[in-house]
Amino acid sequence: MTVDKAKIARQFIQTIPHSKALGMEITALGDGMAEITMPYDERFIGDPKTGVIHGGAVSALMDTCGGAAVMSHPDAPAGTATIDLRIDYMRAATPGQMITARAEVYHITRSVAFVRATACDDDTDRPVATATGAFTVEGR
Amino acid sequence: MARKAPEPVQVVKQRRDAALKALVGGVPYITFMGISFDRRGDELTGVLFFDEKLIGNPFLPAIHGGVTAAFLEVTAMISLSWAYIWEDFESGALDAEALAAGNLPRLPKTIDFTVDYLRSGLPRDAYARATITRAGRRYASVQAEAWQDNRDRPFAQATAHFLMPRQDQSTDSSSD
Repeated sequence: MTVDKAKIARQFIQTIPHSKALGMEITALGDGMAEITMPYDERFIGDPKTGVIHGGAVSALMDTCGGAAVMSHPDAPAGTATIDLRIDYMRAATPGQMITARAEVYHITRSVAFVRATACDDDTDRPVATATGAFTVEGR
Repeated sequence: MARKAPEPVQVVKQRRDAALKALVGGVPYITFMGISFDRRGDELTGVLFFDEKLIGNPFLPAIHGGVTAAFLEVTAMISLSWAYIWEDFESGALDAEALAAGNLPRLPKTIDFTVDYLRSGLPRDAYARATITRAGRRYASVQAEAWQDNRDRPFAQATAHFLMPRQDQSTDSSSD
C-alpha cells in the first residue's frame, strides 16, 4: 500500500462522526489490516450493574475496523460498505479497560472482501469478541 | 362468580410506562445513542432519533453500520427483556416502583449477533421491531428489522442469540 493511500484511508476514517463520538483511534493500518482502539467510557455502559460496555459499541468498533481494513487493502481502490457482519461475544469486557480491535481482509475478489476481526481488552489472550463480515469492494 | 373489575386505564398505563422507562433508562448506552421505545400494549418499537454523531460516511451521508447494528441489538435485547418481565410486573410479582428505583432485572447477554445491511441508512430517524422466535429458559433467539420511510423496505435486519439471566441469581453480578 502506498503512503498516499494509507494517508487517505486514515484521514477518511478519522472524519467519521460516529467513530469520533466513540473516541476511536487508529493505531495501525495498511495492506488489508487495521487496528483501532476505543476507550472505556461510562456513556457506553450496557449493564449498569457491572459497568460492562454495551455490545453495540463493540459492534461499531468491529464494523469500523473491518471497513478500515478493506479500505487499506491494495486491491480495494475506493470505498466500502458492510454487507453483513456476525459478532460472537465470548466474554464481558473488563470495565475500565480500553478495547482494541484488529481486523484483516483474508480474501478479496473484484466485488467482495471477506474480513475477520478480534476485539481484546488488556487480557489479550482471551478475546472479548470475534467477528466475521463481508464488505463491498467499490470503485472498479 | 363475579368477574374482577378491570383496572382503571391510567393505572395500567402508568405501571407499564414506568416499567419500560426503568428498563430503558437504566442503560447509559441507550441514552447515549438517543434510542427510545414506543409502546402499544406489549408491542415495542425502537426509535433512533437522527443525530450527526450517528453518521458513518459523511460524503453520502449515511448512518454508521455500527449504529445500525447497535440499534438492532438494543431493540432485540430490550424487547426480549420486556417480554421476559411482562408477566411478572403485570401480576404484581415485580413491583414497577421497585423497578423505577433501580432494582432492575438483569438483562439478557448477547451470545452472537448477525446483521445484514440491505440498503444504506439515510440521515433521518429509524425504527425497529424485534420478534422473539424462541424464548427458552436459558437461550433465546430473536430477529429484528429496522426501517426508515417504508415499513416494507427495511434497511437492515438482524438475528441474535441471547443467554437469559439465571432466575435463581437475579442480582448476582458474576458472569456465567
